[in-house]
Amino acid sequence: MHALLLSVDWPLIIEKAVLISIIIGVSLLIAMYETYAERKVAAYIQDRRGPNRAGPFGILQPLADGLKLFSKEEIVPNHSNKFLFILGPGLAMLTAMMTSAVVPWGGHIHIFGRDISLQIADVNIGILYIFGVVSMGVYGLMIGGWASNNKFSLLAAIRGASQIISYELAMGLSLIALLMMTGSLSLHTIVEQQQNGVYYVWYQPLGFLIFLVCAFAECNRTPFDLSEAESELNFGYHQEYSSMKLGFYLFAEYVNMFISSAVMATVFWGGYDVPFVNDAAFGLNHGVNLLAFLQVVSLFVKIALFIFVFMWVRWTVPRFRYDQLMKLGWKTLIPLALLNMLITGFVILLKQNHWHF
Amino acid sequence: MNLTQILFWFLSALALFSAIMVVISKNPVHSVLWLIVVFFTISGHYILLNAQFLAIVNLIVYAGAIMVLFLFVIMLMNLNAETEPQKNKWLKMAGVIGGGALLLVLVAALKDADTRNQIAQTGVGDIGLIHNLGLVLFKEYVIPFEISSVLFLSAMVGAVVIGKKE
Amino acid sequence: MQALTTKAKTVGRKPMTFWEKLYIPVIARGMAITFGHIFKKKVTISYPEQTRPFSPVFRGVQVLNRDEQGRERCTACGLCAVACPAEAITMEAAERLPGEEDLYKEEKYAARYEINMLRCIFCGLCEEACPKDAVYLSETLVPANFNRQSFVYGKEEMLIPHPKKDPEGFAKARGEKRS
Repeated sequence: MHALLLSVDWPLIIEKAVLISIIIGVSLLIAMYETYAERKVAAYIQDRRGPNRAGPFGILQPLADGLKLFSKEEIVPNHSNKFLFILGPGLAMLTAMMTSAVVPWGGHIHIFGRDISLQIADVNIGILYIFGVVSMGVYGLMIGGWASNNKFSLLAAIRGASQIISYELAMGLSLIALLMMTGSLSLHTIVEQQQNGVYYVWYQPLGFLIFLVCAFAECNRTPFDLSEAESELNFGYHQEYSSMKLGFYLFAEYVNMFISSAVMATVFWGGYDVPFVNDAAFGLNHGVNLLAFLQVVSLFVKIALFIFVFMWVRWTVPRFRYDQLMKLGWKTLIPLALLNMLITGFVILLKQNHWHF
Repeated sequence: MNLTQILFWFLSALALFSAIMVVISKNPVHSVLWLIVVFFTISGHYILLNAQFLAIVNLIVYAGAIMVLFLFVIMLMNLNAETEPQKNKWLKMAGVIGGGALLLVLVAALKDADTRNQIAQTGVGDIGLIHNLGLVLFKEYVIPFEISSVLFLSAMVGAVVIGKKE
Repeated sequence: MQALTTKAKTVGRKPMTFWEKLYIPVIARGMAITFGHIFKKKVTISYPEQTRPFSPVFRGVQVLNRDEQGRERCTACGLCAVACPAEAITMEAAERLPGEEDLYKEEKYAARYEINMLRCIFCGLCEEACPKDAVYLSETLVPANFNRQSFVYGKEEMLIPHPKKDPEGFAKARGEKRS
């Protein structure tokens, strides 16, 4: 047993544990302030002021909301499946948080004599891991919707799940075209390839557009929030939920939004690359720690922009009808993604073989 | 006993337990959920074998897509204890005999299998990494690979044709 | 049927053109509109700090007036109670004793003067009926409360502050428009 304990690289484990807790904390904090930002953006788009009473400019509003959710009564419906009913929100939250493991949040910092990479796990299948976790996200929704023993919840859950599965396809196909260019599935490598300031979005504008639309659908955001359509389904799959279990579902949506913004920024917009700055030279001149700080800031600015786009679209575009949604997913986005893939493959072949017409 | 072995035994025990739970759960939805746990443990085994690509593809395809469709069907059928049809006594007997025969075949096959010299290389092999797998698929097995992709394409076309029919 | 206005638009059910089917240009236009609204002037009035100005004819809660020396003007004649269509006003008269000349203007005064604010319809007829300018409707709203009894306003709620002892409160209660 002693040998077993010694065989473990304890500093690495501690380092990763600290990193994981920081990232989880930051994601939760950002998700909290996304709720605030959502209300502010909605208000400003509608010529209102939004929450401005709790604290200066209302910045304590998320705390007040959280307190309200915590102090509400927990209701578990009589005829529901109790275990699954409680498991649902937990799964939704878990899958929302798990994606952050492979996103590179910055280069590396040099602290306590160790080079610490700001990425929890640089697995060589980073993008596939994200897909795996996203496809798991369906379960939180479906289990919650089914366990509530409510027809509206079940309908909403099935709507949401089939929507997520349908758009996952187009999302995967749009990324395949990108992966043909990168030749790697590791997000770290993909970011390193963009360090010269030429982001993949310039090569793959169509792919990015498809990915963006699919990200809206995956996060169940307007215009694709069919699983929460109030007019038809009362409140959607979390109708029977109350208190913090409801909070978890709502929160998971915002965490998902944060994570998908992070993935979009990483894959298409250079990740932690600081724009207009030669990162490597800057690191040599000013030290790696300052560089890592700037990189993290740059990534978070990109993420914030994407989150703003999410909200901006939500308060502009009305909801799709369900047949329109499916038509868009299967008949428009997937053929477009396939076309994008073919064109990309063709151009890569041209370049490799130096063919000229 | 190192960490890998502990993980291996834990995952194996969990896999067997949840596989048994799939069979003996009364509620079909619980069966499907236990089956998802089985897929997770098998993916864990793949990771122990350093086959990360297989692990994640197993999760995406089986746990992420196929099981969701299973769940769809079972949830929509609204199966529960009251609506369960009465099973025939002879049907049960036939099931026992069939299952026993399968067990017999499995035991006989495993008895002769050479388990001594074929020890899984946990954490050292790299055949399951995406790079090597791609090389193998597109060099040695390119013909079967392409044929199976044509098969999938024809299945897709068939689905579209069925869907188009009014 | 003949159209009543010229504003009716016929809805075209023609299929979308290719440009419209792309969705993106139309969505981009919509997003430009909403983005423009972010910088527009906000119409919100932050209520407790800012208030909308009342209209000059606004009729709020009643105030019992005093004269310049701070004496109550009401003589408990009961004309307001008679005029009140909602029968919200009750009062009890009392005779001014010697030595109370600086409290009450006339020889008879209202010992008890109550208006039930749940009955009051703020029509302002009491103000019109009063021969002594003793009651008028101010620009204050009746605040919400939890029990009915608290809506029966007595003299302590309605009496205007003393002009000598509390000139600021007096001026505030009178407001600018009603001199």
